[in-house]
Amino acid sequence: MRSAVEIARDVRGGQSSAEAELARSLAAIAARNDELNVFLHLDHQGALEAARRVDERLAKGEDVGALAGVPIALKDNLCQIGVPTTAASKILSGWRPPYSATVVERVLAAGAIAVGKTNLDEFAMGSSTENSAFGPTRNPHDPSRVPGGSSGGSAAAVAADMTPIALGSDTGGSIRQPAALCGVVGMKPTYGLVSRYGLIAFASSLDQIGPFANNVSDAALLLEVIAGHDPWDSTSLPEDSPSLLSHVDDGVAGKRIGLTRELVDGADDEVVAAVERAAAVLRAAGATIVELSVPEFRLGLSAYYLIAPAEASSNLARYDGVRYGVRVDAEDVAAMNEATRTAGFGAEVKRRIMLGTYALSAGYYDAYYGQALKVRTLMIDAFKRVYQDVDVLLGATAPSVAFSFGAKTDNPLAMYLSDVFTIPTNLAGDPAISVPFGRGEGDMPIGVQLLGPGRSEAELFAAARVLEVAGGAS
Amino acid sequence: MSSPLRRDDVAKVAKLARLTLSDAELDMFTEQLGHVLEHAEDIEALDLADVIPTAHPFGLVNVVRGDIVRPCLARDEVLAMAPDAEDGRFAVPRIMGEAR
Repeated sequence: MRSAVEIARDVRGGQSSAEAELARSLAAIAARNDELNVFLHLDHQGALEAARRVDERLAKGEDVGALAGVPIALKDNLCQIGVPTTAASKILSGWRPPYSATVVERVLAAGAIAVGKTNLDEFAMGSSTENSAFGPTRNPHDPSRVPGGSSGGSAAAVAADMTPIALGSDTGGSIRQPAALCGVVGMKPTYGLVSRYGLIAFASSLDQIGPFANNVSDAALLLEVIAGHDPWDSTSLPEDSPSLLSHVDDGVAGKRIGLTRELVDGADDEVVAAVERAAAVLRAAGATIVELSVPEFRLGLSAYYLIAPAEASSNLARYDGVRYGVRVDAEDVAAMNEATRTAGFGAEVKRRIMLGTYALSAGYYDAYYGQALKVRTLMIDAFKRVYQDVDVLLGATAPSVAFSFGAKTDNPLAMYLSDVFTIPTNLAGDPAISVPFGRGEGDMPIGVQLLGPGRSEAELFAAARVLEVAGGAS
Repeated sequence: MSSPLRRDDVAKVAKLARLTLSDAELDMFTEQLGHVLEHAEDIEALDLADVIPTAHPFGLVNVVRGDIVRPCLARDEVLAMAPDAEDGRFAVPRIMGEAR
């Protein structure tokens, strides 16, 4: 598939049309969606109407925007007015949001065509999409393997060339890990850079929306469109969207890049080798590679799996069968709440709600949640310290290539370890990107992760671009 | 402080979280949540008495908007998505013995 940059250029220049690009996208979806289960809902009619509106506006000579006619897939925890939105949970079956997320409004205002809502782990809790109430998504590179998660559907949509770009959300790695497992580019931006208004909340101090794309430039373009202050999100940073696309070819000359032991330890040998090759490529491009260790990163997993469930247990209290979604009737209101939640939530969501409730409960609050918040302080301080010495950190995105279905479903802790390299960034609120770099076992893609301090997105895209150009071949 | 999670703890937490668990689920969750809490012993064991907790990455201060009337969601559209509504309000089963 052509890139989003090329599609927008061709649609604006009259060499193509939004309707023709949509038809191409829908044909690719029709070819493989039954096999891969990427989309939970396809908005054929809405997409067609939007494409025709874009084409009509172009015919009148109007400037449609940076994503003119570009088909886009939306993770199904992003609200789009009138379009079914489930967060892959039975408890929201049939719900149609009365408003759109700010990111959805921004991509549509820029001329993009929203084709549908992609599969995810229920309420974005998981690393494989196996926790979806509507069946797992399959990895386009090998349908016997998971696509990663929780944004597995959005990663697979881009990997299968169904749409050139997609939006996901990343709370502990839910954009970067599936991007790595599906062989696409995925970025978790600085906390607050992108409005969370209209994102179904999982863990509000960690959640951040970000882009998926087949190449670095498209990811930079999409982030440019969705970033920038939004008065509807009180945690939104006050500044305008940064200039990103114009910096993707800035390179890494003169940069100091930290090859971080804790971001590769425990990964498969082939993943470690890919990270080492990436370091060599960056060095050849003029960066100084510094080997370093940040011991605090080892504490991230435990802190995350107390903080995120604690926030989730509070956020998911709103699913009580009263205001939206399904209700299971019972004799009184408390019994109705309990019957609804028991029938509506899947096992992983129940696990995290209970873990969070426990971590916040009297007698355990200080030992678990309180202690995890202090570890978060240590993590933030550790990042600040290391960024005084280097500009960017380099490591693996995930410990292995995509694994098989069922490999980790009986052991939640093993599944949680899929996020061990991505979690530290979320705790600090910093940005990080996963870029495909080489192939491993079964010819499956490997992702390399680049991390930077808050608002360093332009530098991360530039470094990722160096790796993209090099191609990752061994 | 190490606290092996007991079956009773899980039952109590499930009640607090308004979830009904079968006996088999109680056994499964007790074991699985126990593993996660065992992993968390690495941070439980740290002496962090002097560390200030961080609940939010940037320590933002609260944001308030001007007290200006502006459009909001249409009541009927919101109620149309509710499981039950009556007379312009969300409707629920009886609370504490009242007749509905």
